[in-house]
Amino acid sequence: MQIWENTFNQLMDALMPQLAEGEAVTVGLVAEESEFTRFNHAKVRQTGSIENGSMSVTLMADGRSATESITFTGDKASDWPLLMTALHTLRDELPQLPEDPYIVLPDGDDHSREVYDGELLGMSAIAPTILPNMSGLDAVGLYAGGRCVRAYADSAGQRHWFATETFTLDYSLFTESGQAVKGTYAGRTWDDAAYTDNLAVAKTLLEQMSQTPKKLERGQYRTYFAPAAVADLMSMLSWGGIGEASIRRGGSALGPLQRGDKTLSDKIHLSEDFSQGQVPRFNQYGELAPLTMPLIDGGQLKNTLVSARTAKEYGIPSTFAEGGEYLRSPTLASGTLAEADILAALDTGLYVSNLHYLNWSDRPNGRITGMTRYACFWVENGQIVAPIENLRFDESLYNFWGANLIDLTQATQFIPEVGSYGFRDLGGTLVPGMLVDNFAYTL
Amino acid sequence: MTVTPLPTTADPIDLLTEAITSLDLPADWVGIRATREESVSRSQRDGKPEGNRRSLQQGAMVEVLVNGQMGYAATNRLTVAGLRHAAELAYQQAQAAAPWRIHAFSPEIRPKVLGVYQTFAEKPLKTLTTSHAHELLSRICQGLKVSDQIVQASASLSAKEIDTWLVSSSGTQVHQKFSFFTPSFSATAQDGPVVQTRTNNGRGHAYQAGWEFLDMGDELWASVQRIGEQAVELLTAPECPDMTTTLVLAPDQMMLQIHESIGHPLELDRILGDERNYAGGSFVKPEDFGQLQYGSEQLNVTFDPTVEQEFASYAFDDTGAVAERQYLIRDGVLQRGLGSHESQARLGVPGVACARATNWDRPPIDRMANINVEPGDRPFAQIIGSLEDGVYMEANRSWSIDDQRFKFQFGCEYAKRIRNGELAETVRNPNYRATTPQFWRSLSQVGDRSTWQVFGTPYCGKGEPNQIIRVGHGAPVCAFDQIEVFGGAG
Repeated sequence: MQIWENTFNQLMDALMPQLAEGEAVTVGLVAEESEFTRFNHAKVRQTGSIENGSMSVTLMADGRSATESITFTGDKASDWPLLMTALHTLRDELPQLPEDPYIVLPDGDDHSREVYDGELLGMSAIAPTILPNMSGLDAVGLYAGGRCVRAYADSAGQRHWFATETFTLDYSLFTESGQAVKGTYAGRTWDDAAYTDNLAVAKTLLEQMSQTPKKLERGQYRTYFAPAAVADLMSMLSWGGIGEASIRRGGSALGPLQRGDKTLSDKIHLSEDFSQGQVPRFNQYGELAPLTMPLIDGGQLKNTLVSARTAKEYGIPSTFAEGGEYLRSPTLASGTLAEADILAALDTGLYVSNLHYLNWSDRPNGRITGMTRYACFWVENGQIVAPIENLRFDESLYNFWGANLIDLTQATQFIPEVGSYGFRDLGGTLVPGMLVDNFAYTL
Repeated sequence: MTVTPLPTTADPIDLLTEAITSLDLPADWVGIRATREESVSRSQRDGKPEGNRRSLQQGAMVEVLVNGQMGYAATNRLTVAGLRHAAELAYQQAQAAAPWRIHAFSPEIRPKVLGVYQTFAEKPLKTLTTSHAHELLSRICQGLKVSDQIVQASASLSAKEIDTWLVSSSGTQVHQKFSFFTPSFSATAQDGPVVQTRTNNGRGHAYQAGWEFLDMGDELWASVQRIGEQAVELLTAPECPDMTTTLVLAPDQMMLQIHESIGHPLELDRILGDERNYAGGSFVKPEDFGQLQYGSEQLNVTFDPTVEQEFASYAFDDTGAVAERQYLIRDGVLQRGLGSHESQARLGVPGVACARATNWDRPPIDRMANINVEPGDRPFAQIIGSLEDGVYMEANRSWSIDDQRFKFQFGCEYAKRIRNGELAETVRNPNYRATTPQFWRSLSQVGDRSTWQVFGTPYCGKGEPNQIIRVGHGAPVCAFDQIEVFGGAG
């Protein structure tokens, strides 16, 4: 990893003097060395190692901008010719492009360096460590672990380096009838005892899934959403929700809130919080986000995610968001519902552990559809009665985060990102559980 | 686009062969799949540039079979030394996992094959200049803005040239050269709180071709005008009514319907359970093949990687299996699944050549390619003319289906009521929901070849670690009886 950092810095030191007068450049790096072991029925399905890196070079001149992504191997002798070829290609292309009125030139003098070492399972230890504890179980999932890098440099002199060693074990346990529970164990240091404890919780829950599932009719039910389900609902705000560009252009589900047409409960406090160091604070423009920033405060829209580009277009201040204006390290504040009181407060209704395949069914009105998944139960008089057959819901966030929100739990839980499209995701979401009245299930 | 050879060699086949020949590993089989992907994407919003991106990414995956277990290692160090190191890592992976293997695979899962494949491109991608691309995108944005109520007009294109090489210790040598082109445009109209977006066929224009699909003259500009006008039209249209009625789907919504409720449930790795921790399993059981009445007798579905210009055509999958057209569903009855040699060996049911990887850094898994509903015998006018009441929907905008691919809810951009055998008023926010077997068994009319259209998408997500992949779907207009449809409103 030190080699990658040295190579990146040497490449950047060599690149900047190559710029002509009037040219500016930004370079982003994403790279990883990862081990992946996929298992099914507690047996190895696929296993392998991946080493990959990509540099994204943006050249700007005369009000024009173009980007090229190239392979980063970490070997300067291999990467330098590719970098120079990219620079020349971009330089040739710029005059053919229309002017960009919202171009964001590198500015500022921010520097940062965060390196988090971990203690991960070695390649040969993954299967022998994880699978024996799952013996006899219908366990399916993925271990992913290794080093991830995000870095940035620009011609204004800004330079950032973020490297972290992490793992995620994302798994499901199934009953013979197809009912299942979800477990996730993640961190920087693998701990056998913590893994055993994590699996034990899932095994206990699995025992409750052995009863015949209850089939519920469509209708509105009082529902408790566990933190993983709340995280899924909150993730929708990254997709036409909290981004300023989306609000300005009519595509946001929070448009009605912003216009004052609809309200959210004063129990909703959403913020971006980088204090845990799970993800880099710097963005694609080299800007460092504040450690914390309130977004929704007491149900009121306090801040939106404003990228430097959106800020320039609309003449407003940036809130140091990424270009995509998505949540990077969100935290939903806790409420007053004690863990021990959840079932009693639910009384009669649904206990929903996870959700699946969410999509906007009417985004300008904040309506979301999706499915219940994994350990979801019917509860009567504060007692779990039986697991349920999965239900489809179709409901507006202005209802479940509005008048129908009863309470949020006192405890919050970190739900790690386990995605790996392109490169392994970093970070996660800190959320409580929530109790909601009259949640609409439709199929 | 400029074509840059892989470093260190003029012919990647030679490099991969040299790397395999130099290995001294006690493995049962070794293969290397290398990929070079060059892409360009350009976009404009309201006539101003939003993005100009190029990409050149390359790398290789080495697979090693040891004691019935495959291990893999992916690297972007494309030298003999880099590939040898990856092979050693893959060997260690396989050896360490072999005691916990799910199945004892033999080298037959990676057949020996020799061959080449190349996309036919009428207008090769490299002939589309940067300035001409932006001129076209700018003109599309202008054309979409038919009214002051259009608050956003967007246009984009993506062009990719991908080379893959496959070489193995058993003598396989394959080179496939693909050209992919994806043009897209959309208009968003707003009137106070009412916001409506219309796109060119739900962004389903994705072809294996050159840029001829953007150089369509009057047909393109008529489409641009229509998209802008329909976005505005939707602002004052009534909500789609809540009712149970005959639903007629255009091919640009059939694409999504086929993909989610036929393609995914027929994937053998889902049926085997590999995918249950991520995308989910399937309501289809192994014993259903050859037995299950999946849809009405009018339903005929093929896996067809041979259709020229359809997005996911190829001659060989990423393990070297030879790709052929196969019926998945014939006269409504399930015939075979979407499964690789590996899945076929594990499950003992017939499959197709569909082991595909998103790139060099992911292992091949069971994937859709082109999944098509075959045309029937009804002209569009005859389908509509036969219906006293119904709703006709176009272009997907919302999609959600459960982890068994059973209960779904889909939404479309644009719809019209059908009244007394004719298309009547436009309605907005059209949605429908059903279960998969109920839906396909209610298929009552299948459009003829004149209604059949091909669409595709680059964004099918699946697998652990995650992968996205290109798929193509051809379909005629189809009618389904007694389907629950409904509108929007919060």
